[in-house]
Amino acid sequence: MQKIIKDREIVDDNWQHLDDEAALVAGNITVSITRWQEQHETLSQHEGGLGIRLSGDDPLEEIVPDLARFQLIVLLFPAFTDGRCYSYARLLRDRYQFKGEIRAQGDVLYDQLFYMSQCGINSFELANPDHLTQALAAFDDFSDSYQATVLRPVPLYRRR
Amino acid sequence: MYQYDKYDQTMIDQRVAQFRDQTRRFLAGELTEEQFRPLRLMNGLYIQIHAPMLRVAVPYGMMSSRQVRKIAEVARRYDKGFVHFTTRQNFQMNWPKLEDVPDILAELATVQMHAIQSSGNCIRNTTSDQLAGVNANEIEDPRPWAEMIRQWSTFHPEFAYLPRKFKIAVVGSKEDRAATKLHDIGLHLVKNHEGDVGFEVLVGGGLGRTPIIGEQIRPFLEKQDLLSYLEAIVRVYNRLGRRDNKYKARIKITVREHGINHIRELVEAEWVHIRDQLKLDKKEIERVKQYFTEPAYERDAADSDSSFADLVAQDKEFALWVKQNTADHKVPGYSAVYVSLKKPGQAPGDITSEQLEVVADLADEFSFSEVRSTHTQNLVFADVKQADLYALWLRLNAEDLATPNINTLTDIICCPGLDYCGLANATSIPLSKGIAQRFDDLDYLHDLGDIKIKFSGCMNGCAHQSVGHIGILGVDKKGEEWYQFTLGGSSEADASLGERLGRAIPKADVVDTVAHLLDAYIDLRHEDESFLATVRRVGVDPFKERVYAEDH
Repeated sequence: MQKIIKDREIVDDNWQHLDDEAALVAGNITVSITRWQEQHETLSQHEGGLGIRLSGDDPLEEIVPDLARFQLIVLLFPAFTDGRCYSYARLLRDRYQFKGEIRAQGDVLYDQLFYMSQCGINSFELANPDHLTQALAAFDDFSDSYQATVLRPVPLYRRR
Repeated sequence: MYQYDKYDQTMIDQRVAQFRDQTRRFLAGELTEEQFRPLRLMNGLYIQIHAPMLRVAVPYGMMSSRQVRKIAEVARRYDKGFVHFTTRQNFQMNWPKLEDVPDILAELATVQMHAIQSSGNCIRNTTSDQLAGVNANEIEDPRPWAEMIRQWSTFHPEFAYLPRKFKIAVVGSKEDRAATKLHDIGLHLVKNHEGDVGFEVLVGGGLGRTPIIGEQIRPFLEKQDLLSYLEAIVRVYNRLGRRDNKYKARIKITVREHGINHIRELVEAEWVHIRDQLKLDKKEIERVKQYFTEPAYERDAADSDSSFADLVAQDKEFALWVKQNTADHKVPGYSAVYVSLKKPGQAPGDITSEQLEVVADLADEFSFSEVRSTHTQNLVFADVKQADLYALWLRLNAEDLATPNINTLTDIICCPGLDYCGLANATSIPLSKGIAQRFDDLDYLHDLGDIKIKFSGCMNGCAHQSVGHIGILGVDKKGEEWYQFTLGGSSEADASLGERLGRAIPKADVVDTVAHLLDAYIDLRHEDESFLATVRRVGVDPFKERVYAEDH
């Protein structure tokens, strides 16, 4: 079973990410936004955990009414330079009050973990799983932030 | 100027430690070049033709004499004993060793300096007016706001991987000495009808391949809402900006493709949600402002001295320098002094460690221990008593830092070009030197008056050639260096983009072409009419005829 980082610990990944054509399986599954929109009635009956996968091209606001159905939202980073999902994570946490797991998947590097976690992402599938142990240190690269972040909602300028 | 507290210092120290580890992992082969690239860029480190290039941030151009001495020391110890000031008020070192960079950053951190976000697709160094706080026409000092923007933009977790780089400039007076209309966001402190001071916000300006003048997105923003409004703009851009083509990724293209009205609607809708959460409170505004209070001016400086006027009358050379290289100050008896880094024959913006040390000493002696860098690649002592100007001039002159050419033809803005830069198509510095050497007659220069030449070695336009009164752009044609001229650009309050003169000019004819343009100007101008005004009145054609005449 794949290992991931979740809430700053290395854990087994007990989710399966289903392609749009793949048959439904028991247990925890994620689907694309397209599949969710086409099959939401069937998927709502699913007995295991249900998650959705979003990329920066996908219309985040369209799934906001459905957020309560999901235990996991996977944000896709096709390249580490594609920073759109940092904004998605913040909106999901700050504006839409999503309390479930938000996971970064794709070109996720050790050096992105600090910023990602400040934006509200709390689990990580690293592009290079050999770096998992090392990567745990990255959450502590900085002990504070100037800005209001998901982890520190009060900006430094109100705490000084 | 601003002084770090424990929060600021801890953050830059932690950044040095982080980058030291990243560099170690890269050198050990744990990070690929592709993975290391964005990390080093966000610490100002490029890999250039000859060596790495390190760009160090000078937030809104403010430096203490202590920082200047440290720059001199670092340049001597880790580089070739000089640095190059850039059009973002930063400086660059062209020859550091990659493995030394963490040590260089650690040294700089001891004097509250860093290279954070001086490159990469993130929010870059915020720039401002080099005469901030000292010019009489100012509505309000922009520097506290620039510092608040610096802090907000530093390590912003959401905006480290934007579609493209993002530049913000802020000014506090109508004269625009920071080219705000050519920034991703330009901020002008303005007074509204009720007499309240706030910001006019422009968005979508930029240079490079597709130069565009910024458009107003909000006529008046209350000051305490500054950070929330910036956050709203950058969030909209982060989601909407194009990522399929890096030449179409700047916000200027986003604004052009979607229209300013649509962008405004999106930004205002976003802003409503975050406005209260990110409001700047009075306490923080006052905390930052206290670092930018006036120094201890002598209020009777003007009345107590008559030597200055006498010396100006007696010494023609001094008088010329005063006329050209000093600017008015809001306090009678004081001037702001430009230190010219444009001596003909030297690379524009370069300064040696020895010269930096003299500049630091002079700052201590004559200008409250502060020095500023300008976006035109010169330095400024902002607060010099006029009674001290003669002594200061003598000392600057001895160091070749008093060429009286500020805002003249030889005050050329120039990028490093093909000699240093991996992106360049063509040489820029040697030709700038050639132009400066050809037109080194001071009487001629002063007769020509205000002419801004901006010279870039490629389309990326680091020297802002599209807004030069004379813009020169190096292009590659089948392996040969050619130069495209534009006329009539301006980066100031009357910002405009230059118009193309005609087909590109071969390298050997560049200096002659400048001479033809100047001859044409002298023939065409009305009495006291500036070069820019003349071009705007008569258009490009008369200049074109002169330059391409030989072909007829």
